[in-house]
Amino acid sequence: MSKKKVKKLIDEKGIRHDGRKLNELRPIKIEVGALDNADGSAYIEQGKNKILAAVYGPKEVHPKHLALPDRMLLRCRYHMAPFSVQERKSPAPSRRDIELSKVIRDAFEPAVFTEFYPGTSVDIFIEVLQADGGTRCASITAASLALADAGIPLRDLVSACAAGKVDGRLVLDLNDVEDKEGEADLPLAYMSNLNAITLLQMDGMLTGKEFEQVIDLAMGGCKQIYQLQKEALKGKYVEVEEAIEEEAKEE
Amino acid sequence: MPVFYEKRQLVTPGDLLAENSYLAGENTFKEDDKIYATRVGLVNYENRNIYVMALKSFYIPMVGDTVIGKVVEVSLSGWIVDVKAPYLGMLRASDVLERSFRPQKDDLPSMFDVGDIIIAKVVASDRTRGPLLTIREPGLGKITRGQTTEVTPTKIPRLIGKKGSMVTMIKQEAGCRILIGQNGLVHISGRSPKDERLAIMAIRKVEQEAHTSGLTDRVAEMIRKEKNEKKEVGKKDVKEES
Repeated sequence: MSKKKVKKLIDEKGIRHDGRKLNELRPIKIEVGALDNADGSAYIEQGKNKILAAVYGPKEVHPKHLALPDRMLLRCRYHMAPFSVQERKSPAPSRRDIELSKVIRDAFEPAVFTEFYPGTSVDIFIEVLQADGGTRCASITAASLALADAGIPLRDLVSACAAGKVDGRLVLDLNDVEDKEGEADLPLAYMSNLNAITLLQMDGMLTGKEFEQVIDLAMGGCKQIYQLQKEALKGKYVEVEEAIEEEAKEE
Repeated sequence: MPVFYEKRQLVTPGDLLAENSYLAGENTFKEDDKIYATRVGLVNYENRNIYVMALKSFYIPMVGDTVIGKVVEVSLSGWIVDVKAPYLGMLRASDVLERSFRPQKDDLPSMFDVGDIIIAKVVASDRTRGPLLTIREPGLGKITRGQTTEVTPTKIPRLIGKKGSMVTMIKQEAGCRILIGQNGLVHISGRSPKDERLAIMAIRKVEQEAHTSGLTDRVAEMIRKEKNEKKEVGKKDVKEES
């Protein structure tokens, strides 16, 4: 029995099934400082993805034996809510949750000045409320803002975006259907100002040439997201900015 | 040697601030002769030194800082104090006793117990161990009355003002004693809780508008207005009663 394709994901004009162009991101909405209790927090909506990120720290390490003598301990917990997907997901951390926690943590290690505060820890909590593909990328985007919001010194904001191959075409920012039905998916986390990649994964098949094109495409997406991140971060301090501008005018 | 931002412009981590022969100051870092910001804040430069005034940060103990902290544990030969930093402060019993500590004779909880608020000075801090505190200076020790409030540590200098102008003004106008810890805790004690509330309101205003100029006058005005309103309300109440 062959699997029946419901409809083509990309039509002849190069418009995707959700109306986007090949190199178009999903609409993104970011809010910095969404949670009061956390030292830093951010909320992101990317298409149908809804993700909360909270950062606590730096603080003493518990349990104490985990403390590192030369640098800060960075911990991350990525978790999908049971109601975040169509089929109920068990709330216990799955193999996938644990892996994503690890790769997200590793994506931030080069960005944070961990060597400034030895013997302390920073905890990143990521809660996926609604998932529609590309949650690890959206999580990284949100968590990097939460870190900046917590006042933790960063080399650069980390932006993340996926690109891949669907119906033989190279596309940016895959959603759930495209990820599952498509030929390849390549999530990438990138520090735009420093031009450094901090996370690169891939599944599926691409030729060498396609691989390079997909990386360029994903980097372009990250650069767009980077601008949105900066705007969101500054959005929290609009009043500060306005007051300063007013004063400058008076002078 | 170009500079990419005007003075007092808002920057985010990773923003390229300047190139070539500038010196990287607070909340910035230098790589390949380029200076980038590491925190959200306002850029400023003095001569060749470029720095960012962070809008949010946490406290890192520095030698010589006066801090306000809470005793969280009585250990074998001293106290462990929470100074709102990533590291717990240590206060040694011998420092309080001003002689060597005798475990059989000296009763530590009778001097400071868990939950006590103390004001102390940092004598040693190197980020590998908790900061070492002392209370062997006039004005330091246990705080017995009043209330404490929290301010973002980066805004403490603004709260103090030029040569203490801001805090002196609040003290005078609100009629309170104010102790400022570099770690962002501020202790206020006045004749009545009303005065203390007034002082806290003023401190909140300073925290929110720390980046504006002419703040001292505006805060003074606010306190006076609040005081008068309260007096009038008080008068009305008297009239209604009579």
